[in-house]
Amino acid sequence: MALLEIANVEASYGAVQALRGITLKVEAGAIVALLGANGAGKTSVLKTISGIVDPRRGSVRFDGKDITGMEPDRLVGLGMSHVPEGREIFRLRTVHENLILGAYRRNDSAAIASDIERMYSYFPILRERQRQRAGLLSGGQQQMLAISRALMARPRLILLDEPSLGLAPLLVKEIFGIIRRLRDEGITILVVEQNANMALDVADYGYIMEVGRIVLEDSAEALRNNPTVREFYLGISQEGTETQAGQRWKRKKQWR
Amino acid sequence: MNEFFQQLISGTAVGCVYALVALGFVLIYKATDVVNFAHGEVMMIGAFLGLTFIDTLHFPYWLGVIAAVACMTVFGALLNRFLLRPLAGQGILSVIVVTLGLSILLRAFASVMWGPETFPLETPFSRKVVRIADLVLSQEHVAIIVLTVLLVAALYAFFRYSRLGIAMQATSENQLAAYYVGIPVNRVHSMIWALGAAIAGIAGIMLAPISFVQVNMGYVGLKAFPAAVLGGFGSIPGAIVGGIIIGVVESMAVLYLPEGFNNVAAYLLLLIVLMVRPQGLFGVQTKRRV
Ligand SMILES: Nc1ncnc2c1ncn2[C@@H]1O[C@H](COP(=O)(O)OP(=O)(O)OP(=O)(O)O)[C@@H](O)[C@H]1O
Ligand SMILES: [Mg+2]
Repeated sequence: MALLEIANVEASYGAVQALRGITLKVEAGAIVALLGANGAGKTSVLKTISGIVDPRRGSVRFDGKDITGMEPDRLVGLGMSHVPEGREIFRLRTVHENLILGAYRRNDSAAIASDIERMYSYFPILRERQRQRAGLLSGGQQQMLAISRALMARPRLILLDEPSLGLAPLLVKEIFGIIRRLRDEGITILVVEQNANMALDVADYGYIMEVGRIVLEDSAEALRNNPTVREFYLGISQEGTETQAGQRWKRKKQWR
Repeated sequence: MNEFFQQLISGTAVGCVYALVALGFVLIYKATDVVNFAHGEVMMIGAFLGLTFIDTLHFPYWLGVIAAVACMTVFGALLNRFLLRPLAGQGILSVIVVTLGLSILLRAFASVMWGPETFPLETPFSRKVVRIADLVLSQEHVAIIVLTVLLVAALYAFFRYSRLGIAMQATSENQLAAYYVGIPVNRVHSMIWALGAAIAGIAGIMLAPISFVQVNMGYVGLKAFPAAVLGGFGSIPGAIVGGIIIGVVESMAVLYLPEGFNNVAAYLLLLIVLMVRPQGLFGVQTKRRV
């Protein structure tokens, strides 16, 4: 049984329908990538899973349990952490206090302290900045803090919304290195990305979204070799050269 | 000189009451984005509850205070649960209308329940004095100041060290982030209302021996509002300092300004401060997040 299963989920913001029937699942221990252009609805999928947005239709199951419409704080307790778009750290609190807050649902203080040490070993810069206000960190450091804060809850499933957004290439590599390492430690990961190259590189399985629907799903390897995906998401044309941005509109996506 | 000091102490005492009402008001505003125009009336209900327990039901004074404050805690949480939470996402205007409506409702309720008269409330400090050298101070005033200091210290420790206090601050700073780390935001909001109402209840009971218990005592809220603005709307230390300054300025106005000025002194002071420092004494210039 999959750790996370969502079926026929629809969600709207007022009159704007963001999700038009999404079905996907994430097997325990896997890294699953959710790809798509701006506004496709990727963030909305994650928010619906973590309880920030209530779906209008459909169901969300986590670990065999129906969690549709459940409050986000309870989901954290069940073992799901969300690293949101925009990071949403506590800017006025220190790095250390942010990590402590990440463990809000736990009360094993010795283990919390050793987990904080573990985060500092993943991201040594956070140790250096531990007494500083989180708002003073650079964008990349804030992303590291957001990931660490989510891990402080000791999740079984972690939802990552564009972890590479706005980061220097070296840092992107580092973040994806951590993602691999987390999977090796047994954490299941659903990652939303625009950097499809990186995402399909680490992922086991991938879904591609367009305007509120899933249009393609396959193993990451098959997606990497799919000509349409190569052209539209990996920026590689048939001949193996970079596609000119201006040419994109001329070609038809093959799943239409 | 003695007259000055006596006036200073009585002004500080009244200012402490303003400060506590403003504090609850700011707590609620910061955490839940609700400007509670009924906070003065919430205080008034606290005073009437104190009167009921102590005078009508003959509870010993401190037991009566505790009972009244306990009721206020529940009252605050219920207000949030049944009045404000259903309005989530409805926009600022409906919230304003509802809290203004609540203030009228509470006044009407109090006049039906307890009547329009003014009631005195005996306290262990009534008609007693504290002598320091040749200074004679009312024990009532000194007690208010001491109690306020203790209460503020307790609140400081609560917000600094307790899990719930830290969760309240985190929720005030970034509600979405609070959800993401697993803080039960709705419950925390109810607790903040409970705390705000309890503090207002204490303020009402402290004010009772000075101004009598009466349906219109909620107009103190009209002083707590400038106190909060003066301190820099949204700053808790600011609300406390703002309240005390307004209390002192009012009582000094009685002494040094023509009659009638004491009632508008708070607003005059507010206008002057805001002209010089638009963000208030403790406020930070707000930057919009991009
Ligand atoms: N709070 C909101 N209110 C109204 N509409 C929204 C809101 N959030 C998202 N939308 C709309 O829902 C649709 C899906 O948005 P969503 O943020 O889920 O897309 P996304 O795939 O994450 O995009 P991006 O890559 O830009 O992050 C978009 O059309 C967007 O305009
Ligand atoms: Mg997004």
